[in-house]
Amino acid sequence: MSRVRVLVGTRKGAFVMTADGKRQSWDVSGPHFGGWEIYHLKGSPADPNRIYASQSSSWFGQVIQRSSDGGKTWEAVGNKFAYEGAVGNHLWYDGTQRPFEFARVWHLEPSLNDPDTVYAGIQDAAMFRTTDGGQSWRELTGLRTHPSASAWQPGAGGMCLHTILLDPSHPGRIYIAISAAGVFRSDDGGQTWRPMNRGLVSEQIPNPTAEVGHCVHRIAMHPSRPNVLFMQKHWDVMRSDDAGESWKDVGGNLPTDFGFPIDVHAHEPDTVYVVPIKSDSEHYLPDGKLRVYRSRTGGHEWEALTKGLPQSHCYVNVLRDAMAVDALEPGGVYFGTTGGQVYASADAGDSWAPIVRDLPSVVSVEVQTLP
Amino acid sequence: MIRVVLPAHLRTLARVEGELKLEVDGPVTQRSILDAIEARYPMLRGTIRDQDTRQRRAFVRFFACEQDLSQESPDDPLPEAVAAGAEPFLIVGAMAGG
Repeated sequence: MSRVRVLVGTRKGAFVMTADGKRQSWDVSGPHFGGWEIYHLKGSPADPNRIYASQSSSWFGQVIQRSSDGGKTWEAVGNKFAYEGAVGNHLWYDGTQRPFEFARVWHLEPSLNDPDTVYAGIQDAAMFRTTDGGQSWRELTGLRTHPSASAWQPGAGGMCLHTILLDPSHPGRIYIAISAAGVFRSDDGGQTWRPMNRGLVSEQIPNPTAEVGHCVHRIAMHPSRPNVLFMQKHWDVMRSDDAGESWKDVGGNLPTDFGFPIDVHAHEPDTVYVVPIKSDSEHYLPDGKLRVYRSRTGGHEWEALTKGLPQSHCYVNVLRDAMAVDALEPGGVYFGTTGGQVYASADAGDSWAPIVRDLPSVVSVEVQTLP
Repeated sequence: MIRVVLPAHLRTLARVEGELKLEVDGPVTQRSILDAIEARYPMLRGTIRDQDTRQRRAFVRFFACEQDLSQESPDDPLPEAVAAGAEPFLIVGAMAGG
């Protein structure tokens, strides 16, 4: 029977949760790296026992951990993320220019076919890559040196490159998203980049339809249909049918279209999940109810999924990297909250149950479907 | 033999317990101690000082003999008691966050 392994990053350590294909009974290990912020962990699609983790601390900086046995044991690998060449400036909150400065690794995206190759999205926004299993990291400078970079500005969480999508059908095609700059696409493995924000409207910036400056919170893709992208923007849930060239609003009947995560069902490319959040000034759920919204029509029409989720006095948030889907049948969905709960659904969101309820604030959730 | 006390998180990262005991070549300074630590425990590179500039991380402090040496030059000689191994060189996470 197939199994799943859920990788959870929290403000105070990492947790690894495993279950058989029923996804009812869970074994939880951790905290790994207790006391450190774990912004992200992700396993290699080419070798599921190879897992990378971003471990950081305001005191002691950035560490990258690597496991070769599915998260049982770990070793620290290279942690030097040095911008290459002239560092350049970006826009600061007060409208002045400020040099790019490394803060942390937000997202690690292992290559689809090489366990030693991993892309890293960092704050201040830039893209790095290792080809030696994390021992050394080199910047893909074409992104940070894009002519628009001086107009990028930090969102509330910092100027982070938080999403990396590797297109399985078009070798060399990579999508990334930066808060607050927007989506960029490379068709040459990360050497050169183009902004992909046409159709986005952000009232929070001077020119709401500017080429860059949008606070994109997360983008998602179904691997069987990589030209279709879904986006949770600061406000607005969007869809692109042309590989990011243009975007349309598909928020439809959502109670609010502010939020952070968005993901696509593993077997149904038109089934999409979001977690609406009340507003950008409140950052908690509307009406005290934890509701995942699912569209089975690729957007516009959304249904609330509530079975097993608290429907009163719940004021948590679900952060951008804290939702994932497994590839079992029926498809599973997972998310973690800032209140430390990790919920799992083994029936595509129809019903939910907590794996754990009282972890530190959850930053990221990934899931691996294992043989 | 130089004695060094790491903060708990860095002891965990380096997989050591208790004090470090290090041989340091030449004058005993902050720089020579940190060079020796990073040579033996490469996973600590970047956690105490920047890997390029060698500047102390902002929330890390260096204490010895009941003195805060954090603002001293990294090339100043450390107290004789540290050089002689009578007193440890303390690497401390700054008190912050409540």
